Amino acid sequence: MKKDNRFEIRIAGFGGQGVVTIGKVLGSAFTIYEGLNSVNTRSYGPESRGGACRSEVVVSQGEIHYPSVRKADVLVALSQTALDKYMKDLKEDGILLVDPNSVKDVPKGFVYFKVPAMEIAHSVGNVKFQNSVVLGALAAILESMIKKESLKLAVSENVPPNTIEKNIEAFEAGWARIVTAKLAVAE
Amino acid sequence: MDETVLGEKKYRGEFIKPGRHYLEGSEACVEGALLAGMKVYAGYPITPASEIMEHASRRLPQFGGRFIQMEDEISAACTLIGASWAGAKAMTATSSPGFSLMQEAISFSIMTETPLVIVDVQRPGPGQGYITTSQEDVMQARYGHHGEGPIIALAPSSVQDMFELTIEAFNLSEKWRTPVLIMAEETVAHMREQLIVPELDTIEIIGRKKPQGLGITPENYLPYGHELVPPMANFGEGYNINHVSLAHHADGNVGNYSLKAHRENIERLHQKIEGSVNEIARVESQFLGDCDHVLICYGSVARTGLEAVKEVRELHGIKMGFIRLVTLWPFPEEILRNLISTVKTVFVPEMNLGMMKHPIAEALRDKCDQVISIPEIGALHNPEKLVDKVLEVSTC
Repeated sequence: MKKDNRFEIRIAGFGGQGVVTIGKVLGSAFTIYEGLNSVNTRSYGPESRGGACRSEVVVSQGEIHYPSVRKADVLVALSQTALDKYMKDLKEDGILLVDPNSVKDVPKGFVYFKVPAMEIAHSVGNVKFQNSVVLGALAAILESMIKKESLKLAVSENVPPNTIEKNIEAFEAGWARIVTAKLAVAE
Repeated sequence: MDETVLGEKKYRGEFIKPGRHYLEGSEACVEGALLAGMKVYAGYPITPASEIMEHASRRLPQFGGRFIQMEDEISAACTLIGASWAGAKAMTATSSPGFSLMQEAISFSIMTETPLVIVDVQRPGPGQGYITTSQEDVMQARYGHHGEGPIIALAPSSVQDMFELTIEAFNLSEKWRTPVLIMAEETVAHMREQLIVPELDTIEIIGRKKPQGLGITPENYLPYGHELVPPMANFGEGYNINHVSLAHHADGNVGNYSLKAHRENIERLHQKIEGSVNEIARVESQFLGDCDHVLICYGSVARTGLEAVKEVRELHGIKMGFIRLVTLWPFPEEILRNLISTVKTVFVPEMNLGMMKHPIAEALRDKCDQVISIPEIGALHNPEKLVDKVLEVSTC
């Protein structure tokens, strides 16, 4: 990443999927453990659980003025609505990560990552861990930008202490899924 | 560490540690308030200000402070007045509809010269309005309360500001014996980013001027007299205080009322804040050396503003200057006039339909050809909107 270049990550889905937590953990990992500047913003509707929800992280070695995403480098879409709404703001060579159980319709020809976050979280023990699955997947995808250890530490600091073990298990499962997975190409 | 003894109990709250943190604006605000010496928080929850209240409820009791959830915003603001006269630094946070309810207490505090801090995490209105971000209360901050009461209002644009300007707000309120408003927005209150906390002993904390320290005895004490900023005795220190918002003499007496006495009182209150504007108010600026145009903004819009100014300079070669109002009120008219010689266009982006545009236009009436408002409702402008407007105006 060049100095002053912005790297922009957008996570979108429904309230209750851990969208806000993913942004918070990513942002703190970049700033506290990687020494980069990062700004994390969130948007929400009047509803909480079930309403549309978005979280954004802008990362830079330099100062970050405008705090929100201008043209996303990474889009994590955890619902079809989120993908439909934000696909247009993703760079052409941007990284797309979706939960294939929620997102069925990806624009033709686009190369993207599939991580069934909710399914994996469920197998770990609770669908609430899906944010850690996504964070594990992102750790593998963004390997050149951020150390896996940094994100793991940030996960541990931002989840309830009695759930750290399970969250890390979910994180590792998300990581493993990317390492072993092949990229999908939308038909 | 702050050691407080209340009754039999000792409290040893741990202040935020010096160094790098990753915090939300709301949390940074409370951490700043604790360092400034906040001992009372009375509030009523409301989106998007509730996070300040939540964080205060967790942290303040660790310092032996009093956290009180009141029945509404009116009582919350009034509780601060009582707390302040009992000697405690006090703060509340609310959002726009609640800010309306606090106007009476603000007016009362100006007249009784009561230091307190109110954070307005603005959301769009009128009425209950919506729950996103806004700068629609910046005029209410100055003119929402009845009467000729000057106010100090600050506009944070980062998490660092939420920390530093909260400390500054307490300092200003104690120094000038007046309520101070922090006109935050949802954007800056919910934003997470780096906060650098300096070594704690380097942070300046200002306490109120006391009659004891000036050698003023109870018999000779004038709660609204002696100096431009009168020394303030707390209740229970043996000084008689007529705590009254009715027009009063320097001793607090409301008898022998005369219009002359009232005028003198109002003039001093006005002089205290408006007459000290150059000492109180701050602005930040960049690229003013050779600019043809200037963009003036405040709060989180200053972030979009600076991004847009850099872009039109670098990509389009437009000589554009940047000014951020850190202080909204008292309005820094003279400071602004001294910063700008003459320019063609002044752009004022705001998250309202054009409010601070008016005092800006008045201040720069003979220094620019035109003042153009760039309004946005309920959301932060994206930089493209500002860049497009600047290109449209500057190339025609």
